[in-house]
Parts: sequence; C-alpha cells; structure tokens
Amino acid sequence: MFEITPTEWTAIALSLRVATVATLVATPIGIALAWLLARREFWGKSALDAAIHLPLVLPPVVTGYLLLLTFGRRGLIGGWLADHLGIVFAFRWTGAALACGVMSFPLLVRPIRLSIEAVDRRLEQAAETLGAEPWRVFATITLPLALPGVLAGMVLGFAKAIGEFGATITFVSNIPGETQTISSAIYSLIQTPDGDTAALRLVSVSVVMAMAALVGSEWFARRATKRLHGH
Amino acid sequence: MVRAARHQAAARALIMLRVEVSKQLGELAIEAAFESAGLVTGLFGASGAGKTSLINMIAGLSRPDRGIIAIDGEVLDDTKGRVHVPAHRRRIGYVFQDMRLFPHLDVRQNLDYGRRMNRLTEDPAQRARVTELLDIGHLLDRRPGRLSGGERQRVALGRALLARPRLLLLDEPLGSLDEDRKAEILPYLRRLRDEAMIPMVYVSHDADEMRQLATQVVVLRRGRVNAFGGAEVLPAAL
Repeated sequence: MFEITPTEWTAIALSLRVATVATLVATPIGIALAWLLARREFWGKSALDAAIHLPLVLPPVVTGYLLLLTFGRRGLIGGWLADHLGIVFAFRWTGAALACGVMSFPLLVRPIRLSIEAVDRRLEQAAETLGAEPWRVFATITLPLALPGVLAGMVLGFAKAIGEFGATITFVSNIPGETQTISSAIYSLIQTPDGDTAALRLVSVSVVMAMAALVGSEWFARRATKRLHGH
Repeated sequence: MVRAARHQAAARALIMLRVEVSKQLGELAIEAAFESAGLVTGLFGASGAGKTSLINMIAGLSRPDRGIIAIDGEVLDDTKGRVHVPAHRRRIGYVFQDMRLFPHLDVRQNLDYGRRMNRLTEDPAQRARVTELLDIGHLLDRRPGRLSGGERQRVALGRALLARPRLLLLDEPLGSLDEDRKAEILPYLRRLRDEAMIPMVYVSHDADEMRQLATQVVVLRRGRVNAFGGAEVLPAAL
C-alpha cells in the first residue's frame, strides 16, 4: 500500500522539476512586473494588471487552449521558437512548465508587488541622494527590503505550479514520463479500475508537499523579517 | 598637489548657491529666490513655510515648476533650458529629519553606502575622521533599529558626509529630538562646520539653533523669501 511505484516516482519528480523551473523562470519576470505595477505610472497599466490576473479567473482549460494556439507547434510564437531556436513546448515537459508558470504567475506577482509597495520610498530617496542610480536603488534597497514578499510569492507560485492541472493537460496532454505530473497521474488513476490505492498514495504525497511548502514559506518569511530588522 | 588644492578649496568652503524657483504645492505657492555664499546657509521659517520643499528641489528629489538652481555656476535645474540633473548625480548630501537609515544594513554598511554608490576609493583616514568627529565608532556593528535617536542622527550625518558631497542639506536635524538630545547633537554640528568645512544648508524653525550655526540666513514665509542676511534678520530672542 505504501510502496511508491517507479511510474509514480516519475510523476513526482516531474512535478517537482516542472514547478521548480516554472518558479525560477517566472520569478525575475514577476519581480520586474511587480516593480512596474508598484512604482510606475504608465499608459496601459490597468490592462497589464488585468492580463497578469487573467489566468486566475479564466477557466484553466481556456488558458491551456490559448497556450496551445500561441505556443503550439503551429502557433504564432511556438512556430517561431521551434524554427529559430529549436525550443518546443507542445507535448513536452517544458510546455508543462510554461503552463504552470502562467497559471501561477498572478499568485507569484501579488505578494511581491505588495511588499515592494510597502518599502518606504523615503529610503529610496535617501539612497538617491547618496549617489545610487535607479537600478542600484532597486538592487540595494528595494529588493532586499521586499525579500520576504518575494519568498512568499515564490512559495505560493511553486505550490500552485505543482498542483496545476487544467491548463497543463490541455496544452501538453498527459504523457507518462514527459508531461504526466502528480495531478494528471492522479486523474488517470482515478479513471482506471483498481487505481484507488495508487491515487491515494499520490494524494498523500501532494498533501505532504503542500504542507511543507506552507510551513517552509512561513519559516522563510519570519527569518527574512528578522534579518531585515536586526532583532 | 591635487590634495593640497582640494584642501585649500575646502578651507574656503564657500560655494555659490543660486536658487530661483517657483512651485505650486496644493495651497502653498513657493516663489523663492536667493543667492548664498555662506558656509552655513540657514533656511528659517515656521512649519509649512516651504523649507523642506525648497531643499527637496535643491537635492533634486522634486522639480521646480519654473526656475533655476545652480551651484558654483553649474546648472542643476533650469526649466527653460530643460535641465534637470537627477538627485544621484548631484553630489549633494541630505540629512533628513527622519534620518532614513537603511534598516537592513548595519551602521558600517550605512556609512559606506555613499562611497560604494559613487564608486569612490576607500579612504580609511576620512572614515576614521568622521567616525571620531561624530563619536560613532562603537556603533559600527549595530543595526539602526538598535540605536537611540541621537545616535541615529549622528550616523545619518556620517553617512551623508562619507559620500563626500559638495554641499550638505540638513533638514531640521534636531527636530525629532528632545532637548537633551539636541544638546547632544549641536556640538557635533558646530564641529562639522568648523572642522569638516563642508558648505551646508541648514533648515530649522528654531531661531536659537540658527544663531548658533548659520553664517547667513534666509527667512521663508509662506513660500517666499521674507528676509536675507546675517543673524540679525532672525526674530529677537525673548
């Protein structure tokens, strides 16, 4: 009952890889956009904000289908990437990472944005008067002070990425060893006769991972806050 | 040679500060013009007279609606000529009333920040001089959260000085301190004036402080220059 089979391990490992890659790639982009939204006024700002949040409110199957249209083999971007850079998303684990990254993006950006907004702008001004160019103000003041929020966003994004199902299965299908993550493995098992025990094992694994992520993020945030304020 | 020349220039410590600006800030219309060549230019006025708004413009943190700001003939702001030198390139130090030490850096890193950002070479002698002048050598490993108000103000002064500014702006540096702490900081400010020889613009609403520090006084009232001259333009002590 508690023996995890090689196929299940593959799904677990793949989920971890997909979620890790999705989070690591999405984080710098998320920080840049969070900073833009928190600190700059520009034309189309609310449209950008809405676009970032779109995956949160669209049915995941719609997001997955839109990804298929744009990043599929014959998609506008996917075709170009495949022809010029040899990067293929469709039906590959990289596509799963892309789907997870897009789906978790709003959850990643939000805490980062809030923590950047909470950084005292007067400290940034002080840094300017001490000779720091804008990017160095960001690197030495804003980002370090927003770090707890960045970590919280990363953990939240990771947790969402690891559980993503709808967009992933629509975009890259459910291929064992390539795109079959824990969620899609559970889905397949539930539909198989006698798959219940195996499904239950994977369910327990995902509960444990989610708990670990939450506890870990809490711990990180507390440590980072402590470090920042030097108590 | 260069060093000697710089020392000489510092000994004169006279810079020509030219301010001729107007800016509308809600109800307050700032229309201020003065030229000062004093070692310590005092900006005196009641709260709401526009003192902080004025030095924010000198620092480059905000832009005048119209006008010119120049130091030693170098134009920093000229709305007609569309010149605005950003704050980080002005080499103007600023000691804020609320100090604004970086909470995630210890005192040593706070003090070193300006040197790093301006890519200046390390100057241990100067650092030693400033830490000694301000008596903050024993605080170097602490975080700002663990300093008293007076200590914070001294570290903020040191941080601004060590960026080697050509002009230092001090916005009510004693404003947030109680009487005892004021008495603690004032001698450091006098030493700063007499030993470090850095030209300063000193903002305060306290005529007594002005008398002790300023060599020239600009009196501001509702955004306008009301009087300019020596200490005699200050209201008489009671």
